[in-house]
Amino acid sequence: MSDVIDRPAAKAQFKVVGTRPVRPDGADKVTGKAAYGADLMLPGMLTGKIKRSPHAHARIIAIDTKKARALAGVKAVITAADFPDLASEEMAGGESAANVRDIALNCMARNAALYEGHAVAAVAATSASIADEALALIEVTYEVLPHVIDVEAAMAPGAPLLHADIFTKGVEPAPTTPSNIAHRHDLTRGDVNAGFAEADAIAEGRYTTAAVHQGYIEPHACVATFGADGQCQVWSASQGHFAVRTLCAKILGLDTSDIRVTPAEIGGGFGGKTTVYLEPLALALSRQCGAPVRMVMARDEVFRATGPTSGAVIEVKLGARRDGTITAGQIVLKYQAGAFPGSPVHPGVMTALACYDIPNFTITGYDVVTNSPKVTAYRAPGAPISAFGVESAVDDLALKLGMDPIALREKNAVRDGMKAAYGPTFRNIGYVETLEAIRDHPHYQAPLGPNQGRGVAVGFWFNIGGDSTAAVQITDDGAAVVATGNPDIGGSRASMAMMAAEVLGLPIEKVRPIVADTASIGYSMLTGGSRTTFATGMAVTQAAQQIVTDLKRRAAQIWEVAVDQVEWLDGAAVCRDPAKGELTLAALAAKSGETGGPIGAQVSLNAQGAGPGFGAHICDVEVDPETGGVTILRYTAAQDVGRAIHPAYVEGQVQGGVAQGIGWALNEEYIFDTDGKMENAGFLDYRVPVASDLPMIDTILVEVANPRHPFGAKGVGEVPIVPPLGAVANAVRAAIGVRMTDLPLSPPKIRAAIDGR
Amino acid sequence: MSDVDYLAPTSADAAAKALAAGGAAARALAGGTDLLVQLKSGRLKGGLIVDLKHIPGAIGVREEDGAFVIGAATPGATIGEHAGLVRAWPGVVEATHLIGSTQVQGRASMAGNLCNASPAADSVPALIAARATCVIVGPSGRRTVAAEDIPVSPGRTSLKPGEFVLEIRLPARAARSADAYLRSIPRTEMDIAVVGAAVNLTLDSGGTIIEARVALGAVGPTVLIADDAAAAIIGSRLDAAALERLDAAARGACRPISDKRGTAEFRTKIAGVLARRAAAIAYGRARAKGEN
Repeated sequence: MSDVIDRPAAKAQFKVVGTRPVRPDGADKVTGKAAYGADLMLPGMLTGKIKRSPHAHARIIAIDTKKARALAGVKAVITAADFPDLASEEMAGGESAANVRDIALNCMARNAALYEGHAVAAVAATSASIADEALALIEVTYEVLPHVIDVEAAMAPGAPLLHADIFTKGVEPAPTTPSNIAHRHDLTRGDVNAGFAEADAIAEGRYTTAAVHQGYIEPHACVATFGADGQCQVWSASQGHFAVRTLCAKILGLDTSDIRVTPAEIGGGFGGKTTVYLEPLALALSRQCGAPVRMVMARDEVFRATGPTSGAVIEVKLGARRDGTITAGQIVLKYQAGAFPGSPVHPGVMTALACYDIPNFTITGYDVVTNSPKVTAYRAPGAPISAFGVESAVDDLALKLGMDPIALREKNAVRDGMKAAYGPTFRNIGYVETLEAIRDHPHYQAPLGPNQGRGVAVGFWFNIGGDSTAAVQITDDGAAVVATGNPDIGGSRASMAMMAAEVLGLPIEKVRPIVADTASIGYSMLTGGSRTTFATGMAVTQAAQQIVTDLKRRAAQIWEVAVDQVEWLDGAAVCRDPAKGELTLAALAAKSGETGGPIGAQVSLNAQGAGPGFGAHICDVEVDPETGGVTILRYTAAQDVGRAIHPAYVEGQVQGGVAQGIGWALNEEYIFDTDGKMENAGFLDYRVPVASDLPMIDTILVEVANPRHPFGAKGVGEVPIVPPLGAVANAVRAAIGVRMTDLPLSPPKIRAAIDGR
Repeated sequence: MSDVDYLAPTSADAAAKALAAGGAAARALAGGTDLLVQLKSGRLKGGLIVDLKHIPGAIGVREEDGAFVIGAATPGATIGEHAGLVRAWPGVVEATHLIGSTQVQGRASMAGNLCNASPAADSVPALIAARATCVIVGPSGRRTVAAEDIPVSPGRTSLKPGEFVLEIRLPARAARSADAYLRSIPRTEMDIAVVGAAVNLTLDSGGTIIEARVALGAVGPTVLIADDAAAAIIGSRLDAAALERLDAAARGACRPISDKRGTAEFRTKIAGVLARRAAAIAYGRARAKGEN
């Protein structure tokens, strides 16, 4: 079941926005025609493969590639020596800054291998089996070093050091000795000790989460060709081909203008395809041999060398008065960054208490490097981890106070005009409405059976705007083509076409959306941060509005009347003088040569005013007390979505986020052996939920419009992964009477907890 | 994948000859759902593949005087379509159906599951509980061995060079007999057993268990036959006390390891739980047969 709750203030009449047309990219996807990253074949194309470190931490003493180069069929062999040794340089990324040197060193190790699977060399050969043979012939001499993966072990004095040049940032005075703590983030308000002194009840806990992978089905894949004149082309599946272009230019020391990146269809990203792994290597191989090079990761490479998000320790202490008013919060977050700094602990800190109006708090976050793959953005990066701890503690607080968990959250809910824990003042948020939606949903009152439990949790995500470009062109038969620079990872082609259709007054079938390459459309930030429907949608809307303005001018010219005599209604120019009749878009397109030439508009903008999103979830579980198995019986997710442009795809986003969150809560985890090697680098033992593990996930779209977007849209894709970890854990607590603090809540842990009751 | 030679002989003797000639690098291919994955992942290197599917009788189920003969390369999907087999051996069939996905069921065979010699193989506890035997063909002729004598340790079998399993035989059933198989996995499907338990039993007309066999998967280097667990329920009508004895005896039989899929402690507990639950299902099925 899915519900859409319209807020009267947001009510507006739209013909296309808010409907559920078939997605324009659907037919190719369901018939297998869509061309993904690995699908492009070029004449003379070679196969590129990567030699990876078998050690979690090692100094690279020497790499001998002579034998590999001598093998018949091997056309190129590269190591870090084939790339410039870059200086440290922070650059703006999707939602977080990235260091170009670190990305380069993550693509190809120089001097040190920092995790099992770290690339140390690559080859291009005429066949995959020759490439494999060549990899085996590359001789790497390592000095194996002690490794550290556990986040607290990495923070401890005397831990094996990954980098000699990391001196914890965010600490005064600046440390003089290096450590694995790359950054400390602090967020405080009021007087936390005074706040706890006021409290009648305290809930506290220490929670842990395991590193988890985004789990996209499509492995990383690309084709690259380096022209004799230095002009390069890359085809790859990513969440942002402009980011791929910039990173390739910097890592290879090329001019951005010499690289053209064409986006392939993408088979899932969830944040994990916001960086590069293969593209710079494929370009370097192609540069060496002159032939196009195709690289496709195997699944175990995806697990060992890409993604994941942090494993973490979360310490939470909350205090409240008898009436439920939360008076103080104290939170410490310790996040694994993997081999290079940049865990999502900062957004973890910022979002931890974003749903709550708390007068006194301290939140401290540590970004800690570890001998594991460098973490990459994963859907609401950092927020599900801190929310797991906070929502577990809030649940315990409700128990101690004898309060309904939704009532406790309503009592302390942030509202319009309040200052968010992370700084800004909330405007036009729909959080309270979202809480009301689950409180009033039949699910919340539905009876439960034995060994069953119900959990509630909430979550927040910022959502962002940023740089976007859109071009709308009118065809000679009066239809429209909408081009943007954002890969479609969540149905954005449909929503772009719908917003253009709404403005132009065209039926949706007359608007064809495409994702254009870096040479064919203006710069666009990557698809991430739940920004595309908001920011790129704004650019599409403005481009369509410019066209409407232009069409009215053209009609006025044809009719020889003043422009203010022309209106645009249902896809046609209508003159106030009834004798003139109307001119449809098709008629105006046919006469475009006489009225100024082809009809089209391109808008580039930096979208401001993204509305933050809130979700509130109810989860019912049944626990088998003998096997420790958890069955998700029922799940309802309410979310403030601003305005759902295409409600079915918004519901799909919510359901997808919940599914990933449930996997994170129940079974997903990186398992390392004592040597720091990943033991479960495949979908058999890295257990994402399968379809039969999940019930239908019911959604409630709460529409509190964002006035800064032409149709009221807010970002929707990330919020829904934030509450499930807490919602599942709280439901399990209700079912078995034991607070489970360590994710994943796999059967052995649950059975042990039950036996220990 | 390194170079691979492929032969598809049309007789069992030709297959045995080919396998013997191929030496240590020769592999028999039935459904291939383990073999091809191992070749592709590099765990196995090249060599000779001898496809058994073209041998007459290698695919199919036939009934012989109440016994069933299942060709070595018979896919799981076909096994589930044989009504007589499903009626007689529901536990064997349900165990076989747990191997892989729907697509894999179109290829995966019980003989392959057995000869892959994983202690976690789903069909193997059910086959062993059922007292299945295997007809083995080799360079020196044919022999018949019990299913439990084929796997000897993880990934290793007692098959000699040139030998392969041609068919699996399930014995004729006494009245009021039934079996059941259960496994524990963290998900609902597409997974490998953390523990598996098969129970095969026969009742007298009064509902008392007169014969039973219990086999446990993934709690030892090979599938374990838990004789004490069977003894714990023989002579009972599977009352609560018998179930409790079964649980304890099954746990007592376990020799598990701790690994990424589960701790030894967890596996031991679950073996008792599943043995109990599988026995209850088999008992219910056997009683239902008595009522027909």
